[in-house]
Amino acid sequence: MSSIPDELSYTKEHEWVAGIDDGLTVTVGITAYASEQLGDVVYVQPPEVGSSIEVGDAVGEVESTKSVSDIYAPVGGEVTAVNSAVVDDPSLVNSDPYGEGWLFQVRVAGAPEDLLTAEEYTALISGDS
Amino acid sequence: MSRPTPLHEVHKSLGATLTDFAGWLMPLRYGSESAEHTAVRTAAGLFDLSHMGEIHVTGPGAAAALDYALVGNLGALEPGRARYTMMCDADGGIVDDLIVYRLAADEFMVCANASNYPRVARELTDRAKDLDAVVDDRSDSYALLAVQGPRSQEIVAKLTDADLANLKYYTGLPGTVAGVGALIARTGYTGEDGFELFVSAGDAVTLWDALMEAGAAEGLVPAGLSARDTLRLEAGMPLYGNELTSATTPMDAGLGRVVRFDKPGDFVGRAALDGAEPGKRLVGLVMKGRRVPRHGFAVVDADGAVVGEVTSGAPSPSIGRPIAMAYVTATPAAVDIRGSHEPVDVVDLPFYRRKK
Repeated sequence: MSSIPDELSYTKEHEWVAGIDDGLTVTVGITAYASEQLGDVVYVQPPEVGSSIEVGDAVGEVESTKSVSDIYAPVGGEVTAVNSAVVDDPSLVNSDPYGEGWLFQVRVAGAPEDLLTAEEYTALISGDS
Repeated sequence: MSRPTPLHEVHKSLGATLTDFAGWLMPLRYGSESAEHTAVRTAAGLFDLSHMGEIHVTGPGAAAALDYALVGNLGALEPGRARYTMMCDADGGIVDDLIVYRLAADEFMVCANASNYPRVARELTDRAKDLDAVVDDRSDSYALLAVQGPRSQEIVAKLTDADLANLKYYTGLPGTVAGVGALIARTGYTGEDGFELFVSAGDAVTLWDALMEAGAAEGLVPAGLSARDTLRLEAGMPLYGNELTSATTPMDAGLGRVVRFDKPGDFVGRAALDGAEPGKRLVGLVMKGRRVPRHGFAVVDADGAVVGEVTSGAPSPSIGRPIAMAYVTATPAAVDIRGSHEPVDVVDLPFYRRKK
Protein backbone atom coordinates (compact mmCIF):
# COMPACT_ATOMS: atom_id res chain seq x y z
CA MET A 1 0.00 0.00 0.00
CA SER A 2 1.31 3.41 -0.96
CA SER A 3 2.03 5.96 1.74
CA ILE A 4 -0.86 8.40 2.36
CA PRO A 5 0.08 10.86 5.13
CA ASP A 6 -2.85 11.72 7.41
CA GLU A 7 -2.07 15.42 7.65
CA LEU A 8 -2.46 16.11 3.92
CA SER A 9 -5.54 16.76 1.78
CA TYR A 10 -6.03 14.99 -1.55
CA THR A 11 -7.83 15.25 -4.89
CA LYS A 12 -9.42 12.66 -7.13
CA GLU A 13 -6.65 13.48 -9.64
CA HIS A 14 -4.10 12.04 -7.19
CA GLU A 15 -2.61 15.27 -5.96
CA TRP A 16 -1.85 16.18 -2.38
CA VAL A 17 -2.25 19.59 -0.79
CA ALA A 18 -0.36 20.63 2.35
CA GLY A 19 -0.97 23.58 4.63
CA ILE A 20 -4.66 23.88 3.91
CA ASP A 21 -5.38 24.57 7.58
CA ASP A 22 -3.63 27.93 7.73
CA GLY A 23 -5.67 29.00 4.70
CA LEU A 24 -2.94 31.16 3.19
CA THR A 25 -0.38 29.37 1.06
CA VAL A 26 -0.55 25.68 0.20
CA THR A 27 1.94 23.27 -1.34
CA VAL A 28 0.88 20.85 -4.07
CA GLY A 29 2.37 17.58 -5.32
CA ILE A 30 1.31 14.23 -6.66
CA THR A 31 0.74 11.23 -4.42
CA ALA A 32 2.99 8.21 -3.98
CA TYR A 33 0.22 6.12 -5.54
CA ALA A 34 0.19 8.33 -8.64
CA SER A 35 3.97 8.26 -8.95
CA GLU A 36 3.94 4.46 -8.72
CA GLN A 37 1.24 4.24 -11.39
CA LEU A 38 3.14 6.58 -13.69
CA GLY A 39 6.49 4.85 -13.42
CA ASP A 40 9.71 6.80 -13.73
CA VAL A 41 8.88 10.49 -14.07
CA VAL A 42 11.07 12.09 -16.74
CA TYR A 43 9.60 15.56 -17.19
CA VAL A 44 7.70 18.00 -15.02
CA GLN A 45 6.19 21.22 -16.26
CA PRO A 46 4.79 23.19 -13.32
CA PRO A 47 2.64 26.32 -13.74
CA GLU A 48 4.35 29.71 -13.99
CA VAL A 49 5.07 31.73 -10.89
CA GLY A 50 2.63 34.64 -10.72
CA SER A 51 -0.05 32.95 -12.77
CA SER A 52 -3.63 32.86 -11.57
CA ILE A 53 -5.19 29.45 -11.46
CA GLU A 54 -8.68 28.19 -10.84
CA VAL A 55 -9.78 24.89 -9.37
CA GLY A 56 -9.78 22.17 -12.02
CA ASP A 57 -7.57 24.05 -14.52
CA ALA A 58 -4.90 21.95 -16.25
CA VAL A 59 -1.87 23.92 -15.07
CA GLY A 60 1.05 21.63 -15.87
CA GLU A 61 2.25 18.20 -16.90
CA VAL A 62 3.93 15.19 -15.37
CA GLU A 63 5.43 12.88 -17.97
CA SER A 64 6.74 9.36 -17.43
CA THR A 65 8.30 6.72 -19.64
CA LYS A 66 4.92 5.47 -20.76
CA SER A 67 2.47 8.34 -20.34
CA VAL A 68 1.77 12.00 -19.72
CA SER A 69 -0.69 13.39 -17.16
CA ASP A 70 -2.05 16.87 -16.66
CA ILE A 71 -1.64 18.51 -13.29
CA TYR A 72 -5.00 19.95 -12.25
CA ALA A 73 -5.19 22.89 -9.88
CA PRO A 74 -6.57 21.55 -6.58
CA VAL A 75 -7.18 25.09 -5.32
CA GLY A 76 -7.62 28.53 -6.91
CA GLY A 77 -5.26 31.44 -6.36
CA GLU A 78 -1.89 32.76 -7.40
CA VAL A 79 1.12 30.53 -7.97
CA THR A 80 3.81 31.84 -5.65
CA ALA A 81 6.58 29.29 -6.14
CA VAL A 82 7.52 26.26 -8.23
CA ASN A 83 10.02 23.57 -7.30
CA SER A 84 12.93 24.12 -9.67
CA ALA A 85 14.73 21.08 -8.18
CA VAL A 86 11.98 18.79 -9.48
CA VAL A 87 12.16 20.41 -12.91
CA ASP A 88 15.89 19.65 -12.99
CA ASP A 89 15.48 16.18 -11.50
CA PRO A 90 11.98 14.80 -12.13
CA SER A 91 12.89 11.51 -10.41
CA LEU A 92 12.30 13.34 -7.09
CA VAL A 93 8.59 12.78 -7.77
CA ASN A 94 9.24 9.04 -7.50
CA SER A 95 11.79 9.06 -4.70
CA ASP A 96 10.12 11.58 -2.37
CA PRO A 97 6.63 12.51 -3.62
CA TYR A 98 5.54 14.22 -0.37
CA GLY A 99 8.85 15.98 0.27
CA GLU A 100 11.55 16.96 -2.23
CA GLY A 101 9.15 16.08 -5.06
CA TRP A 102 6.64 18.88 -4.31
CA LEU A 103 5.52 20.75 -7.45
CA PHE A 104 4.25 24.27 -6.68
CA GLN A 105 2.76 26.58 -4.07
CA VAL A 106 -0.41 28.62 -4.32
CA ARG A 107 -1.65 31.63 -2.31
CA VAL A 108 -5.22 30.48 -1.92
CA ALA A 109 -8.08 32.79 -2.97
CA GLY A 110 -11.36 31.62 -1.46
CA ALA A 111 -12.14 28.36 0.23
CA PRO A 112 -10.92 25.21 -1.54
CA GLU A 113 -13.65 22.77 -2.45
CA ASP A 114 -14.02 19.04 -2.63
CA LEU A 115 -10.65 18.04 -1.19
CA LEU A 116 -10.45 14.53 0.23
CA THR A 117 -9.14 13.43 3.60
CA ALA A 118 -6.44 10.76 3.79
CA GLU A 119 -9.14 8.25 4.67
CA GLU A 120 -11.30 9.23 1.70
CA TYR A 121 -8.31 9.13 -0.65
CA THR A 122 -7.34 5.69 0.64
CA ALA A 123 -10.86 4.49 -0.17
CA LEU A 124 -10.63 6.05 -3.64
CA ILE A 125 -7.44 4.24 -4.63
CA SER A 126 -8.57 0.99 -3.05
CA GLY A 127 -11.48 1.12 -5.47
CA ASP A 128 -9.02 1.81 -8.30
CA SER A 129 -7.05 -1.38 -7.95
CA MET B 1 -9.80 -10.98 -19.94
CA SER B 2 -6.06 -11.10 -20.50
CA ARG B 3 -4.20 -14.41 -20.45
CA PRO B 4 -1.56 -14.91 -17.75
CA THR B 5 1.77 -16.41 -18.80
CA PRO B 6 3.24 -19.51 -17.12
CA LEU B 7 5.30 -17.05 -14.99
CA HIS B 8 2.33 -15.04 -13.72
CA GLU B 9 2.72 -16.05 -10.06
CA VAL B 10 6.43 -15.19 -10.21
CA HIS B 11 5.63 -11.70 -11.52
CA LYS B 12 3.02 -11.17 -8.81
CA SER B 13 5.42 -12.26 -6.09
CA LEU B 14 7.99 -9.79 -7.44
CA GLY B 15 5.44 -6.97 -7.19
CA ALA B 16 5.35 -6.35 -10.94
CA THR B 17 3.08 -3.71 -12.43
CA LEU B 18 1.08 -5.75 -14.92
CA THR B 19 -0.37 -4.54 -18.18
CA ASP B 20 -2.50 -5.93 -20.96
CA PHE B 21 -0.44 -6.48 -24.09
CA ALA B 22 -1.98 -8.18 -27.14
CA GLY B 23 -4.41 -10.05 -24.91
CA TRP B 24 -1.74 -11.15 -22.43
CA LEU B 25 -1.24 -10.02 -18.86
CA MET B 26 2.43 -9.05 -18.95
CA PRO B 27 4.90 -7.45 -16.53
CA LEU B 28 5.33 -3.79 -17.51
CA ARG B 29 8.00 -3.17 -14.87
CA TYR B 30 9.07 -4.60 -11.55
CA GLY B 31 10.42 -1.38 -10.04
CA SER B 32 12.05 1.46 -11.92
CA GLU B 33 11.91 0.79 -15.69
CA SER B 34 14.93 3.06 -16.19
CA ALA B 35 16.94 0.94 -13.77
CA GLU B 36 15.86 -2.21 -15.64
CA HIS B 37 16.93 -0.61 -18.92
CA THR B 38 20.32 0.35 -17.51
CA ALA B 39 20.83 -3.13 -16.05
CA VAL B 40 20.39 -4.65 -19.52
CA ARG B 41 22.90 -2.18 -20.99
CA THR B 42 25.49 -2.74 -18.26
CA ALA B 43 24.86 -6.22 -16.77
CA ALA B 44 21.81 -8.31 -17.68
CA GLY B 45 18.02 -8.47 -17.56
CA LEU B 46 15.60 -11.41 -17.52
CA PHE B 47 12.43 -11.10 -19.60
CA ASP B 48 9.30 -13.23 -19.79
CA LEU B 49 8.36 -13.31 -23.47
CA SER B 50 5.91 -16.18 -23.26
CA HIS B 51 3.33 -14.15 -25.17
CA MET B 52 5.31 -14.67 -28.37
CA GLY B 53 4.14 -17.31 -30.86
CA GLU B 54 6.03 -20.45 -31.86
CA ILE B 55 4.88 -22.17 -35.04
CA HIS B 56 6.62 -25.31 -36.26
CA VAL B 57 6.78 -26.04 -39.97
CA THR B 58 7.96 -29.58 -40.72
CA GLY B 59 8.22 -31.99 -43.61
CA PRO B 60 10.12 -32.46 -46.86
CA GLY B 61 8.42 -29.35 -48.27
CA ALA B 62 8.95 -27.15 -45.22
CA ALA B 63 11.70 -25.02 -46.79
CA ALA B 64 9.73 -24.56 -49.99
CA ALA B 65 6.62 -23.64 -47.99
CA LEU B 66 8.46 -20.91 -46.07
CA ASP B 67 10.18 -19.65 -49.21
CA TYR B 68 6.73 -19.15 -50.76
CA ALA B 69 5.04 -17.83 -47.60
CA LEU B 70 7.76 -15.42 -46.43
CA VAL B 71 9.97 -12.82 -48.14
CA GLY B 72 13.28 -14.34 -46.98
CA ASN B 73 15.41 -17.14 -48.41
CA LEU B 74 14.83 -19.77 -45.74
CA GLY B 75 15.81 -22.69 -47.99
CA ALA B 76 19.36 -21.32 -47.91
CA LEU B 77 19.46 -21.25 -44.11
CA GLU B 78 21.78 -23.82 -42.52
CA PRO B 79 20.31 -26.00 -39.74
CA GLY B 80 21.13 -24.35 -36.42
CA ARG B 81 20.93 -20.86 -37.88
CA ALA B 82 18.23 -18.22 -37.49
CA ARG B 83 17.08 -15.39 -39.72
CA TYR B 84 15.06 -12.21 -39.32
CA THR B 85 12.36 -12.10 -41.98
CA MET B 86 8.81 -10.99 -42.70
CA MET B 87 5.48 -12.26 -43.93
CA CYS B 88 3.82 -9.91 -46.41
CA ASP B 89 0.41 -9.72 -48.05
CA ALA B 90 0.04 -9.98 -51.84
CA ASP B 91 0.01 -6.14 -51.90
CA GLY B 92 3.38 -6.03 -50.13
CA GLY B 93 2.00 -4.86 -46.77
CA ILE B 94 3.67 -6.45 -43.73
CA VAL B 95 1.68 -9.17 -41.93
CA ASP B 96 4.36 -9.70 -39.28
CA ASP B 97 8.09 -9.63 -38.71
CA LEU B 98 9.53 -12.96 -37.65
CA ILE B 99 12.59 -14.87 -36.59
CA VAL B 100 12.81 -18.26 -38.29
CA TYR B 101 15.03 -20.93 -36.71
CA ARG B 102 16.03 -23.88 -38.84
CA LEU B 103 16.06 -26.75 -36.37
CA ALA B 104 16.81 -29.47 -38.95
CA ALA B 105 16.77 -29.94 -42.73
CA ASP B 106 13.01 -30.49 -42.64
CA GLU B 107 12.03 -28.60 -39.49
CA PHE B 108 11.72 -24.88 -38.82
CA MET B 109 10.35 -22.86 -35.94
CA VAL B 110 8.78 -19.50 -36.74
CA CYS B 111 8.74 -17.04 -33.84
CA ALA B 112 5.95 -14.50 -34.37
CA ASN B 113 4.61 -11.51 -32.46
CA ALA B 114 1.94 -12.02 -29.80
CA SER B 115 -0.58 -9.85 -31.64
CA ASN B 116 -0.08 -11.67 -34.93
CA TYR B 117 0.76 -15.33 -34.45
CA PRO B 118 -2.78 -16.72 -34.90
CA ARG B 119 -2.94 -14.94 -38.28
CA VAL B 120 0.62 -16.02 -39.17
CA ALA B 121 -0.26 -19.65 -38.38
CA ARG B 122 -3.42 -19.44 -40.55
CA GLU B 123 -1.52 -17.83 -43.42
CA LEU B 124 1.31 -20.36 -43.21
CA THR B 125 -1.23 -23.19 -43.30
CA ASP B 126 -2.98 -21.66 -46.28
CA ARG B 127 0.20 -20.80 -48.17
CA ALA B 128 1.67 -24.29 -47.55
CA LYS B 129 -1.44 -26.23 -48.55
CA ASP B 130 -0.05 -27.47 -51.89
CA LEU B 131 3.32 -28.36 -50.42
CA ASP B 132 4.48 -31.33 -48.37
CA ALA B 133 4.70 -29.48 -45.06
CA VAL B 134 2.80 -29.47 -41.78
CA VAL B 135 2.18 -26.20 -39.95
CA ASP B 136 1.68 -26.61 -36.20
CA ASP B 137 1.04 -23.65 -33.90
CA ARG B 138 2.65 -24.78 -30.62
CA SER B 139 2.56 -21.37 -28.96
CA ASP B 140 0.47 -22.58 -26.03
CA SER B 141 2.99 -25.24 -25.07
CA TYR B 142 5.99 -22.87 -25.01
CA ALA B 143 7.38 -20.39 -22.58
CA LEU B 144 10.11 -18.00 -23.74
CA LEU B 145 12.64 -16.45 -21.38
CA ALA B 146 15.26 -13.99 -22.59
CA VAL B 147 18.52 -13.15 -20.85
CA GLN B 148 19.87 -9.95 -22.39
CA GLY B 149 22.90 -7.86 -21.60
CA PRO B 150 26.71 -8.05 -21.62
CA ARG B 151 26.82 -10.55 -18.71
CA SER B 152 24.33 -12.94 -20.34
CA GLN B 153 26.84 -15.54 -21.44
CA GLU B 154 28.44 -15.83 -17.99
CA ILE B 155 25.01 -16.28 -16.42
CA VAL B 156 23.62 -18.88 -18.82
CA ALA B 157 26.96 -20.73 -18.89
CA LYS B 158 26.54 -21.55 -15.18
CA LEU B 159 23.45 -23.59 -16.04
CA THR B 160 24.39 -25.42 -19.23
CA ASP B 161 27.07 -27.54 -20.85
CA ALA B 162 26.24 -26.07 -24.25
CA ASP B 163 29.18 -24.39 -26.00
CA LEU B 164 27.89 -20.83 -25.70
CA ALA B 165 31.20 -19.25 -26.69
CA ASN B 166 30.81 -20.76 -30.14
CA LEU B 167 27.07 -20.09 -30.38
CA LYS B 168 27.10 -17.15 -32.79
CA TYR B 169 24.59 -14.32 -33.10
CA TYR B 170 21.45 -15.59 -34.87
CA THR B 171 22.05 -19.25 -34.18
CA GLY B 172 19.93 -21.61 -32.11
CA LEU B 173 20.61 -25.12 -30.88
CA PRO B 174 18.74 -27.60 -28.71
CA GLY B 175 20.31 -28.14 -25.30
CA THR B 176 19.70 -28.31 -21.58
CA VAL B 177 19.63 -25.29 -19.26
CA ALA B 178 19.11 -25.81 -15.53
CA GLY B 179 18.11 -29.38 -16.27
CA VAL B 180 15.38 -28.24 -18.61
CA GLY B 181 15.26 -29.01 -22.32
CA ALA B 182 15.56 -25.75 -24.26
CA LEU B 183 16.16 -24.28 -27.67
CA ILE B 184 19.08 -21.99 -26.85
CA ALA B 185 19.09 -19.10 -29.30
CA ARG B 186 21.51 -16.21 -29.46
CA THR B 187 18.91 -13.67 -30.47
CA GLY B 188 17.19 -10.73 -28.86
CA TYR B 189 15.44 -7.41 -29.14
CA THR B 190 17.51 -5.10 -26.98
CA GLY B 191 20.64 -4.25 -28.96
CA GLU B 192 22.74 -6.26 -26.50
CA ASP B 193 24.24 -9.72 -26.57
CA GLY B 194 21.91 -12.29 -25.09
CA PHE B 195 19.96 -15.50 -25.29
CA GLU B 196 16.38 -16.47 -25.89
CA LEU B 197 15.47 -19.77 -24.25
CA PHE B 198 12.42 -21.56 -25.63
CA VAL B 199 11.18 -24.13 -23.12
CA SER B 200 8.04 -26.08 -22.25
CA ALA B 201 5.50 -23.93 -20.43
CA GLY B 202 5.72 -26.30 -17.46
CA ASP B 203 9.46 -25.66 -17.09
CA ALA B 204 9.23 -21.87 -17.10
CA VAL B 205 9.29 -21.32 -13.33
CA THR B 206 12.18 -23.76 -12.80
CA LEU B 207 14.25 -22.00 -15.43
CA TRP B 208 13.34 -18.50 -14.22
CA ASP B 209 14.33 -19.33 -10.64
CA ALA B 210 17.60 -20.94 -11.73
CA LEU B 211 18.52 -17.95 -13.91
CA MET B 212 17.73 -15.46 -11.15
CA GLU B 213 19.92 -17.38 -8.73
CA ALA B 214 22.76 -17.85 -11.24
CA GLY B 215 22.57 -14.19 -12.24
CA ALA B 216 22.40 -12.62 -8.81
CA ALA B 217 26.15 -12.07 -8.58
CA GLU B 218 26.27 -10.75 -12.15
CA GLY B 219 23.62 -8.08 -11.57
CA LEU B 220 20.78 -9.84 -13.38
CA VAL B 221 17.40 -8.19 -12.71
CA PRO B 222 13.91 -9.02 -13.96
CA ALA B 223 12.93 -6.56 -16.69
CA GLY B 224 9.49 -5.72 -18.06
CA LEU B 225 7.95 -4.65 -21.33
CA SER B 226 8.59 -0.99 -20.63
CA ALA B 227 12.36 -1.50 -20.56
CA ARG B 228 12.10 -3.86 -23.54
CA ASP B 229 10.42 -1.08 -25.53
CA THR B 230 13.03 1.59 -24.72
CA LEU B 231 15.86 -0.89 -25.34
CA ARG B 232 14.59 -1.89 -28.79
CA LEU B 233 13.83 1.73 -29.66
CA GLU B 234 17.38 2.82 -28.83
CA ALA B 235 18.61 -0.10 -30.95
CA GLY B 236 16.47 1.15 -33.86
CA MET B 237 14.52 -2.10 -34.01
CA PRO B 238 11.01 -1.84 -35.44
CA LEU B 239 7.89 -2.92 -33.55
CA TYR B 240 4.87 -4.42 -35.29
CA GLY B 241 1.91 -2.07 -34.85
CA ASN B 242 4.24 0.95 -34.71
CA GLU B 243 6.90 0.98 -37.44
CA LEU B 244 5.51 -2.11 -39.18
CA THR B 245 1.87 -2.38 -40.27
CA SER B 246 -0.19 -3.83 -43.10
CA ALA B 247 0.01 -0.38 -44.75
CA THR B 248 3.83 -0.47 -44.65
CA THR B 249 6.21 -2.35 -46.93
CA PRO B 250 9.64 -3.65 -45.88
CA MET B 251 11.13 -0.93 -48.13
CA ASP B 252 9.22 1.81 -46.29
CA ALA B 253 10.73 0.54 -43.05
CA GLY B 254 14.24 0.66 -44.51
CA LEU B 255 14.34 -3.14 -44.40
CA GLY B 256 14.21 -3.91 -48.14
CA ARG B 257 17.26 -6.15 -47.62
CA VAL B 258 15.03 -8.82 -46.02
CA VAL B 259 13.10 -9.23 -49.30
CA ARG B 260 15.10 -11.80 -51.27
CA PHE B 261 14.18 -11.34 -54.93
CA ASP B 262 17.22 -13.50 -55.72
CA LYS B 263 15.66 -16.65 -54.26
CA PRO B 264 14.13 -19.18 -56.67
CA GLY B 265 10.40 -19.24 -57.26
CA ASP B 266 7.49 -17.00 -56.47
CA PHE B 267 6.55 -15.76 -53.02
CA VAL B 268 3.56 -13.90 -51.65
CA GLY B 269 4.17 -10.20 -52.22
CA ARG B 270 6.89 -10.58 -54.87
CA ALA B 271 4.98 -8.92 -57.72
CA ALA B 272 3.94 -5.96 -55.56
CA LEU B 273 7.36 -5.47 -53.96
CA ASP B 274 9.60 -5.99 -57.02
CA GLY B 275 10.84 -2.55 -58.03
CA ALA B 276 8.76 -0.88 -55.29
CA GLU B 277 10.12 2.45 -54.09
CA PRO B 278 9.65 3.40 -50.46
CA GLY B 279 6.67 5.72 -50.05
CA LYS B 280 8.11 7.23 -46.89
CA ARG B 281 11.31 7.24 -44.92
CA LEU B 282 11.90 5.98 -41.39
CA VAL B 283 14.10 8.44 -39.48
CA GLY B 284 15.49 8.80 -35.99
CA LEU B 285 14.66 11.94 -34.01
CA VAL B 286 16.38 13.18 -30.86
CA MET B 287 14.44 15.87 -29.05
CA LYS B 288 16.27 19.08 -28.19
CA GLY B 289 13.97 19.53 -25.21
CA ARG B 290 12.60 17.19 -22.59
CA ARG B 291 9.00 16.61 -23.65
CA VAL B 292 8.41 13.13 -25.00
CA PRO B 293 7.09 12.44 -28.51
CA ARG B 294 4.58 9.59 -28.63
CA HIS B 295 3.14 7.19 -31.21
CA GLY B 296 0.84 9.11 -33.58
CA PHE B 297 2.16 12.63 -32.93
CA ALA B 298 2.59 14.77 -36.06
CA VAL B 299 6.07 15.60 -37.36
CA VAL B 300 6.43 19.04 -38.97
CA ASP B 301 9.00 20.76 -41.19
CA ALA B 302 10.67 24.14 -40.62
CA ASP B 303 7.53 25.90 -41.89
CA GLY B 304 5.29 23.98 -39.52
CA ALA B 305 3.75 21.85 -42.28
CA VAL B 306 3.02 18.24 -41.37
CA VAL B 307 5.55 15.92 -43.07
CA GLY B 308 5.05 12.71 -41.13
CA GLU B 309 4.13 10.90 -37.95
CA VAL B 310 5.91 9.50 -34.91
CA THR B 311 5.73 5.68 -34.77
CA SER B 312 7.49 5.18 -31.41
CA GLY B 313 8.85 7.62 -28.86
CA ALA B 314 10.23 7.43 -25.34
CA PRO B 315 12.72 9.01 -22.98
CA SER B 316 16.09 7.38 -23.75
CA PRO B 317 18.06 6.42 -20.66
CA SER B 318 21.24 5.90 -22.72
CA ILE B 319 21.08 9.24 -24.55
CA GLY B 320 19.48 11.26 -21.79
CA ARG B 321 16.92 12.89 -24.04
CA PRO B 322 13.65 11.69 -25.57
CA ILE B 323 14.01 9.84 -28.88
CA ALA B 324 11.58 8.77 -31.56
CA MET B 325 11.26 6.93 -34.83
CA ALA B 326 9.00 8.58 -37.40
CA TYR B 327 7.87 8.10 -40.98
CA VAL B 328 8.45 11.27 -42.97
CA THR B 329 8.20 12.48 -46.56
CA ALA B 330 10.41 15.57 -46.05
CA THR B 331 13.03 16.79 -43.61
CA PRO B 332 11.57 17.10 -40.12
CA ALA B 333 12.23 20.06 -37.83
CA ALA B 334 9.91 19.45 -34.90
CA VAL B 335 7.29 17.21 -33.33
CA ASP B 336 3.88 18.61 -32.46
CA ILE B 337 3.54 17.76 -28.78
CA ARG B 338 0.08 18.77 -27.67
CA GLY B 339 0.08 21.89 -29.84
CA SER B 340 3.66 22.97 -29.24
CA HIS B 341 6.29 22.42 -31.95
CA GLU B 342 9.23 20.91 -30.06
CA PRO B 343 12.46 20.98 -32.11
CA VAL B 344 14.38 17.82 -33.05
CA ASP B 345 17.73 16.66 -34.37
CA VAL B 346 17.45 14.11 -37.17
CA VAL B 347 19.90 11.24 -36.68
CA ASP B 348 20.85 7.97 -38.34
CA LEU B 349 19.43 4.80 -36.82
CA PRO B 350 20.17 3.12 -34.51
CA PHE B 351 20.40 5.59 -31.65
CA TYR B 352 22.52 3.16 -29.69
CA ARG B 353 25.05 0.58 -30.81
CA ARG B 354 26.81 -1.65 -28.30
CA LYS B 355 30.58 -1.73 -28.16
CA LYS B 356 31.88 -5.04 -29.49
